[in-house]
Amino acid sequence: MMGFQIIVLWSDVLIWLLVAAGMGVGVLIAKNPPLLSAWRRVGASRVGMASAVVLIAFALIGLVDSLHYRSQLESKPGQPVVYSVEVLSLLDALVTPLRTRNEKTYSEPFATRLYAKETIDVPGKGTVRDYPRLKYGGIHLGEREDEVAADVAMTAFRAAVLAFLGWLAVAGVVAQIVARDGSGWQKIWRGETVFAWNALLIMLGLILLIAVPLFALSTQYHVFGTDKVGQDVLYQILKSVRTGLIIGLVTTLVMLPMAVLLGIVAGYFRGWVDDVIQYVYTVLSSIPGVLLIAAAVLMMQVVIDTHPQWFSTSAERADLRLLALCFILGITSWTGLCRLLRGETLKLRELEYIQAAQAFGVSNWRIIVRHILPNLMHIVIIALVMDFSGLVLAEAVLSYVGIGVDPSMTSFGTMINSARMELGREPVVWWSLAAAFTAMFILVLAANLFADAVRDAFDPRAA
Amino acid sequence: MLAYIVRRLLYAIPILIGVNLITFALFFVVNTPDDMARMQLGVKRVTPEAIEKWKVERGYDKPLLINAEATGMATVTDTVFFQKSARMFVGDFGRAEDGRDIAREISARMGPSLAIALPTFILGLFVTVTFALTLAFFRATAFDFWGVVLCVAMMSISGLFYIIGGQYLISKVWRLVPISGFGDGLDAWRFLILPVLIGVVSGIGSSARWYRTIFLEEVGKDYVRTARAKGLPETVVFFRHVLRNALIPILTGIVVVIPLLFMGSLLTESFFGIPGLGSYTIDAINAQDFAVVRSMVFIGSVLYIVGLILTDISYTLVDPRIRFE
Repeated sequence: MMGFQIIVLWSDVLIWLLVAAGMGVGVLIAKNPPLLSAWRRVGASRVGMASAVVLIAFALIGLVDSLHYRSQLESKPGQPVVYSVEVLSLLDALVTPLRTRNEKTYSEPFATRLYAKETIDVPGKGTVRDYPRLKYGGIHLGEREDEVAADVAMTAFRAAVLAFLGWLAVAGVVAQIVARDGSGWQKIWRGETVFAWNALLIMLGLILLIAVPLFALSTQYHVFGTDKVGQDVLYQILKSVRTGLIIGLVTTLVMLPMAVLLGIVAGYFRGWVDDVIQYVYTVLSSIPGVLLIAAAVLMMQVVIDTHPQWFSTSAERADLRLLALCFILGITSWTGLCRLLRGETLKLRELEYIQAAQAFGVSNWRIIVRHILPNLMHIVIIALVMDFSGLVLAEAVLSYVGIGVDPSMTSFGTMINSARMELGREPVVWWSLAAAFTAMFILVLAANLFADAVRDAFDPRAA
Repeated sequence: MLAYIVRRLLYAIPILIGVNLITFALFFVVNTPDDMARMQLGVKRVTPEAIEKWKVERGYDKPLLINAEATGMATVTDTVFFQKSARMFVGDFGRAEDGRDIAREISARMGPSLAIALPTFILGLFVTVTFALTLAFFRATAFDFWGVVLCVAMMSISGLFYIIGGQYLISKVWRLVPISGFGDGLDAWRFLILPVLIGVVSGIGSSARWYRTIFLEEVGKDYVRTARAKGLPETVVFFRHVLRNALIPILTGIVVVIPLLFMGSLLTESFFGIPGLGSYTIDAINAQDFAVVRSMVFIGSVLYIVGLILTDISYTLVDPRIRFE
């Protein structure tokens, strides 16, 4: 057993803090009847629950990818222990075959040969120009290369059966929970449960039926092909998920306290405080977002480049750059929510119950925390889920423009950026782009649908 | 009315000063000119002399805010802030890294940017409003449901996909129009069709859904019920009453982006090789040309503030209930 050193990146800290905060909020919600009933409405929404399952699947990938370590290098006894400069995550360890089995260059999905002709030595025939055999893709087939389709179908079928059995087990447990007397199946199927179990189970089944065969096949083939340097595209997709989630979640985490505090303070105290806060957010929002981000990111790059001594590994540098990007995106996006909260606070503070509290001599901060903040929660929650999808999409654009995440960090944006010229070459390399766009589409669509369900539940007037 | 506009314009001045201060802080305080020089010169050529020369050439060798060595007004004017930041107010943006005058470059590039952005804007507005109106007309039917599904799906697709996919399909596979480039005068239309089309399609999803909500809100109002009660056919109710009233929030909502059309679109212009302001900005970002990025930030804010003022004016024009306070 090789030793390893646990590395905690700043983004890991924030991600796990976020998980903890999510659980804390969950406890608070359970104690607050109006919020709980709103979340029950989300739970009753079929679309909402189906998209939530997809989001949770993505979140699990991201969380597994947020536990980092550096493995120990082999060293002679007596010498100090040296650790590899490469920072790996638990996900990397789980999918080691995907990470390490790199081909030479492009290969199609499920291919057994490279996508480019090369001069190869054939024993007995001299040198020929042909598509060389892949080092890893479909290597278990040996000479029987024409049996790829049958082999893929067989493996996929076996894995699908396994997935179906697993799903049956989960569904059985759920049916037991819904109704002890065995009528649970029927209730779920007919949609008679309050909680949208049927949508949840169907989506779970779909995910299992796709993911399990994909995983089974990925140990023998490059299911999404390989990119220019021969890296497995599925591996890149898995790694991109964490980047997307961090951009989408940490950014809102950064901007939320500022937007909530300033918005409430401006609306509640009015007067010069209001003027100052309004001035600040008008100035910030009057700079077109992309340009402010570009300017700030350029400056951040200068800071990072002129201080190489701050970072001991390139992963740390990329990580800090990612967080800085989140911070910059947060700075540019808090103004909208702040304005919204200010307007709502202005309305709330004129209501009778607030005036009654003031007449009783309750302190301002107590009124804000006890009476105003809880009544703004629905706006905050809606803004939080609505922003997520936009931020994931923005990351891709920013990375394309060259002001996104560090080029060494895998993300949907960097994948698209490095693959965008491939449609122009002959023959066309389509799988990198297709995989990146599809994965991003699924994530963003699920986020959008979930956001709609949340908005409908919390704010029935809109929609 | 005139007094109102003047007051709005005066209110814009402190905001522009704020924007100017932010860019100044970002470009000169967070990073000193020395850092920028090192970045621009590259690792190999960094010597104290080279940095000094780089700064003198660009006028970054002066003190930031107060020049203690100068006398009189020059204590304030002979500084980086005054020469580089404050002079943007009078349209003097200085020179880019390649020595060209930024102000002249910007005025030359506004045309191509506008040639893409204006047709995209007008056509996009027409298409989305029509689509949203159709959805609202057939509200609560299967057509409406699938239309909204389509909108949500379309707004979940990355803008990059529309551009890359459109270029591949229309220019490479079908060979209908050139992939990228730009021509002079009327000859440019061949290059404009594809970016405009892609711009319109990529905008449909989110705006059509939003406009549909506005239409539906309008349909639920009392005057619509009255119109139906007097026996007007549904089409007349829709096109004469609902459409007109719903256009007010839609139009006033998008007035703010009209001045920003001059800025062009970063993505579209760089993908299609259009020599507009968007691709100018992208090139500057990639070349780390700080002077150009700084100027674009400033111009962008000026245009946005103009848009805000136009929005306020348009509100008061279309809705007499709003007074000029």
